[in-house]
Amino acid sequence: MKVVLIVDDSTVIRKVAGKIVRELGFETLEAADGRLALDQCEKRMPDAVLLDWNMPVMDGLDFLRELRKMPGGDVPQVLFCTTENDMNHIQRALEEGANEYIMKPFDSEIIEDKFRQVGLL
Amino acid sequence: MQPENLDFIAKFLKDRSGLVVTADKGYLLDSRLTPLARKRAIKDVDSLVQQLRTGRDAELERAVVEAMTTNESFFFRDGKPFDQFRDNVLPALMQARATRKSFRIWCAAASSGQEPYTIAMILKEQAAKLAGWKVEIVGTDISHDILDRAKKGVYSQFEVQRGLPIQMLVKYFKKKDELWQIDDSLRAMVDYRHHNLLQDLKSLGKFDVVFCRNVLIYFDQPTKTRVLDGIAAQMPADGWLYLGGAETVLGLTERFKPVATQRGVYSLTGAPAKV
Repeated sequence: MKVVLIVDDSTVIRKVAGKIVRELGFETLEAADGRLALDQCEKRMPDAVLLDWNMPVMDGLDFLRELRKMPGGDVPQVLFCTTENDMNHIQRALEEGANEYIMKPFDSEIIEDKFRQVGLL
Repeated sequence: MQPENLDFIAKFLKDRSGLVVTADKGYLLDSRLTPLARKRAIKDVDSLVQQLRTGRDAELERAVVEAMTTNESFFFRDGKPFDQFRDNVLPALMQARATRKSFRIWCAAASSGQEPYTIAMILKEQAAKLAGWKVEIVGTDISHDILDRAKKGVYSQFEVQRGLPIQMLVKYFKKKDELWQIDDSLRAMVDYRHHNLLQDLKSLGKFDVVFCRNVLIYFDQPTKTRVLDGIAAQMPADGWLYLGGAETVLGLTERFKPVATQRGVYSLTGAPAKV
């Protein structure tokens, strides 16, 4: 079963997104900030990361930069999932190696669509 | 709704738009027509139908047809048909039309524009190969209101996240307050026209590729046959027809046959085998 790491400082978002992702047939892991997410990736590299932008300790963009430097860090499909919904943020995310971008609020159909677009489904 | 009103509106909708409303879909009439009744300060849906029955309110007739039209549409809906169009149909079409360097595409239920703009994006991505070609995309719909929306090309955040790859959003849209505006160059590629599929299609001319996806599902069998045969008459012998995933020509018409291995794609009977 493919593994999706959900990185968000909101427990509610982690819970909601986790339920949707599991219903799509994935195993989920969770992290509350970018640093904890990197620790998680060192232990077990996920197949995909659903990534918030604004988080304490380490934000999503810094996490993404660090992830892509790690051995095997080029493998996970990274999908930002954030309230930052302007073109500038989207372009920066893509430049740093994000594969897709979800603008909150999201629903199960959007997540399913985006997972399909990056080949996870 | 009173039975005689239900009978009247079911026949009215069938005649005007082909839409089949059976008694078990009465809830659909209530949910779609109640807001219209409220907007026009009419007491309830029964009263609205009574007014419709006078046959003297053309504007109300139009509004009822529009209110009952389903306008769900996504960019790159179902994905695969558009991959297939880009990878198989477009190269074959360019080869077949190499001499005249032109072709026409018809979106028979353009709705709010997502399908014609999807095709426009695919063609735009092939701009180098299509340099010097004249390509026409015609989008038709029965609803004037939805065509106005399509022409504007402005979409909500939710709409641009359904099926549209983020790279395409960045490339072809601009953010305008909380909405997303499609690029003018794509808007200019689509010619939107009001047209009812039950009316004569000849005025639209011939089309090399026809997208008529998720439309037939709302029609009864004879109407489906009539529409498919009408489309067939507007296509050259080597044209392509795309239907929705839940739609087929089987049992409806002999004019089309499925293209082997390409789900949802059809060619005219008698046309050479396609890949």
